[in-house]
Amino acid sequence: MTLAAQSPGGGPDLSLRLAGLTLGFPVINGSGTFDAIAALRTFGDGLRESFPFAAFVSKTITPHPRGGNRPPRLWETPAGMINSIGLPNKGLEGFLAHDLPELGTLAVPLVVSVAAFDHDGFARMVETVGARPEVAALELNVSCPNVKSGCVMGSDPRETAELLEHVRPRTGKPLIVKLTPNVSDIAPIAIAAEQGGADAVSLINTLRALAIDHVSGRPALGAIRGGLSGPAVRAIALDMTHSASSSVSVPVIGMGGIQCGRDALEFFDAGANCVAIGTENFRDPVAGLRVRDELAAALAERGHGALQRVVAPAR
Amino acid sequence: MTLPESDVAELEPGIAAAQPGPRTPAPLGRRACPVTLSEPVGRYRMIGLEDRGGPTPLPGQFYMLACADGWGSDLGGERPYLPRAFSVCRVRGARLDFLIDVVGPGTERLASMALGERAWALGPLGIGFTAPDGVESSAPGARALLVGGGIGIAPLVIWNEALAGNVSNVALGFRDEEFAAAASLLGANVSLATDDGSVGHAGLVTDLLSEQLERNSDRNSDRNSAVVVYACGPPAMLDAIRRICTERGVPAQLALEQAMACGYGACFGCVVRTRDGYRRLCVDGPIVAASDLHEEWQ
Repeated sequence: MTLAAQSPGGGPDLSLRLAGLTLGFPVINGSGTFDAIAALRTFGDGLRESFPFAAFVSKTITPHPRGGNRPPRLWETPAGMINSIGLPNKGLEGFLAHDLPELGTLAVPLVVSVAAFDHDGFARMVETVGARPEVAALELNVSCPNVKSGCVMGSDPRETAELLEHVRPRTGKPLIVKLTPNVSDIAPIAIAAEQGGADAVSLINTLRALAIDHVSGRPALGAIRGGLSGPAVRAIALDMTHSASSSVSVPVIGMGGIQCGRDALEFFDAGANCVAIGTENFRDPVAGLRVRDELAAALAERGHGALQRVVAPAR
Repeated sequence: MTLPESDVAELEPGIAAAQPGPRTPAPLGRRACPVTLSEPVGRYRMIGLEDRGGPTPLPGQFYMLACADGWGSDLGGERPYLPRAFSVCRVRGARLDFLIDVVGPGTERLASMALGERAWALGPLGIGFTAPDGVESSAPGARALLVGGGIGIAPLVIWNEALAGNVSNVALGFRDEEFAAAASLLGANVSLATDDGSVGHAGLVTDLLSEQLERNSDRNSDRNSAVVVYACGPPAMLDAIRRICTERGVPAQLALEQAMACGYGACFGCVVRTRDGYRRLCVDGPIVAASDLHEEWQ
């Protein structure tokens, strides 16, 4: 990441180049935690004028339409929540026809998150979505199982490498690999993604979790298992961010329970080049802008005129 | 305990089409609103928030509320963590009134707010009720019949005020007499049912609805007796109303509830199954036509 000069306004310059994207500030959204189209319907055009993120990451798109999991889909936990949403989306065709044109009107770079359940499906998604001019970059959601091997693609370095082998040649656009934390060591997966040609890695996705309804004694969520997010996972996310950024040279987008600028700064300290806001968007739809401002204040307090890695991660 | 193996997402029933409204858009961002009213209403508590920057909501729309201080992780990591969804119950100038039933840590914290304390309010969210003459398949001159169960009376209070004289009947059900005291929010001419029979009909509020519709059909030559049912309450009550109204061909608008994380369509958590797929209650509800619901929506 290049260090930028101090901004004319006197505050720290937060702009950056990341995996070929130019971002006004280092805060984006986690996939699946902000629906720009629904938000436009709720908040009107005010959202365009103060879009809360420097780039928009779409919900994950799959080759075929999905309704998602049976409700209930949400469960509050201490300092967090468990979700089992199940990747509802209109499918590739529906996305290209209905959602992409509207997302293309946003004033920030568009990152489309894609997933499939086999390599060919993934490759087709990357090629088709990557060919669209509205799309600045793609994020690969590798937290879904490969139907052939039965293995979650992002849970094994070899699976990750094989996937990248299939999809990397299909687009010249930047590829970000979204890593799952449900592994014993995230570093080899990050390395496999980098060696396979990923332009950046983002982490963490949710931690596999279970909610029990204390009245029935049965699993509380319709899909039984879910993923934990929110401040409850932040310390784990920080450790994995440090682990990944210590292992690869490509930029790292860190996320997991960030609620304020101070939290975000922790991720930069741990080696992230950019951060994403996820669950906090649910509590505050303009959390991205608030985190940006708080981050600027936190940097200024430390005497930094620009965003920089405060701690250079050990290689 | 052996967990059932069910990680596989259902491919059906798909995603439902977006609903147009009626809708008053929310300003972007939550607002810190001081509490200017806190009073008991039966066994519930009415909390009024002064929302000077916000627009006037439509009846049926809702807000996501959280205390500005002492909410979840601000206190040290315990619940409540997410904001909670509340239908607006009354509007008095810039003051928005919310009726709260203490059922968990979030409602307990909100109900305990002192005057002058601030709450975060995001809204108005979702879509509101449609007046009888705008409801699909309603008869000309149809009047409103309001049916509420427990805390579900909240959106019916503002709707009753908005409809003014165009309400034919109000039927409300509560656990007991103490809770039923909240019926006064809907005026004097209310039919009551209680679970324990301490006041009004001993039994379900849906008994009152069936009786009322029966009486209406006795006069079915009179087109003015046509009604549109507006209901809010527990899911079992709403499903009974859906079935009663479907049988009789009476249009019904139901205010539904689901656990909600964001209130503005971000999380896809609050879906309900409709005939054309899963619908998000926050952006395409919480008001849903009974005829849109899937038979097994619950």
